[in-house]
Amino acid sequence: MSARTAGLVACRNCGQVHQIDTARCKRCDSPLQSRDAQSLQKVWAWLIAGIIAYIPANTYPMLLTSTLTDRSESTIIGGVIELVDYGAIGIALVVFVASVVIPVGKFVAIMYLAISVQRGSYRNQHGRHRAYDVVEFIGRWSMIDVFVVAILSALVQLATIATINPGIAAVSFALSVIFTMLAAQSFDPRLIWDADRTIHD
Amino acid sequence: MRVDLPHLDDLVACPQCDTLHLAADLPEGTRACCQRCGHVLMSAQKTAVARIISLALTAFVLMIAAVSFPFLALDAGGVRNATSVIDAVLAFRNGLAFPLAIAVAFFIVVLPLMRLSALIYALGPLVTGRKPRPGARVAFGLAEKLRPWSMAEIFIVGVTVALIKVAGMAAVTIGPAFWAFAGVVVITILKDQLICRYSIWEALDKARA
Repeated sequence: MSARTAGLVACRNCGQVHQIDTARCKRCDSPLQSRDAQSLQKVWAWLIAGIIAYIPANTYPMLLTSTLTDRSESTIIGGVIELVDYGAIGIALVVFVASVVIPVGKFVAIMYLAISVQRGSYRNQHGRHRAYDVVEFIGRWSMIDVFVVAILSALVQLATIATINPGIAAVSFALSVIFTMLAAQSFDPRLIWDADRTIHD
Repeated sequence: MRVDLPHLDDLVACPQCDTLHLAADLPEGTRACCQRCGHVLMSAQKTAVARIISLALTAFVLMIAAVSFPFLALDAGGVRNATSVIDAVLAFRNGLAFPLAIAVAFFIVVLPLMRLSALIYALGPLVTGRKPRPGARVAFGLAEKLRPWSMAEIFIVGVTVALIKVAGMAAVTIGPAFWAFAGVVVITILKDQLICRYSIWEALDKARA
């Protein structure tokens, strides 16, 4: 049975169990909430912000490269194609997964979690919980591309021979990752299990 | 619904799905998982606190080395450019990207250092059997809350990707700070695996009493 059905509330920070009307944890002083009533609202707000920020992240350049002979700008996808041209298929795959597959997959997964909880679905709870764990774990890895841009722009500053500078897409991409991380953190996974019918066994 | 319950301090609720369990003493080296969703509730390792502290101290020292020594250097056509971790942060200092420079500084240097100092502050006295310092609970809670935002390991993967991108166009020299930073990453992962929230909160409770 769950703490809520037993008239109790658990601290998510330290695990201490209290009577349901307790406001703050006696052990670690965190605020207690049996369920986060605003969870879904916050999830949708952060998620939509994340999706909006992801659009300029793809259309504007991530890197501005200038060499003796020419200047070029590359977007996220452009950078991946460049790596494929070098023959670095493995690395191209890492960047593609981190900057395209993970962000888009996260948008879809968070939407699915939020919609299924809103509809009170009791199906596939284990699968949905796993999806939540994966989203929480993997979301931060999208930051790889921002760090690549940081290192490249710091390293490739060879006067007239070649310089690389960050493009504005790096900022919107970082914002998109931060917003989706906040969306995932706002989701209260206990909501997935509230529709559980086997709970009173 | 009200039922007869054991003493509240003997119960553990899964932070992920809210299922109640009775806390029991675990045999050394075993783990207890939530019956419903499988989340790890506690893992028993007697010397965990001492090992966490020693790893945290090591990582702290290495992190200082990682920000002070040269990180990478690039040579092409007689021009040389050496970069430190700080330079990587400052790559975003111009124009609209400035807030990103601050964010990157937090992700790769400030937050990892804050987490390490908070852990050392909160758990240090427990190793020698002294009472926890005031604010030890807040410090430990903070160290755990900051965990997802501390991105040293992601940075090092990003560096690898960047190295492969430039390896074709210029000669890259890897400096001591690179290895120090890689050390920070490995040690932080080992340390975080040792942290069992439940056992540490119990240890903090016992030390206070």
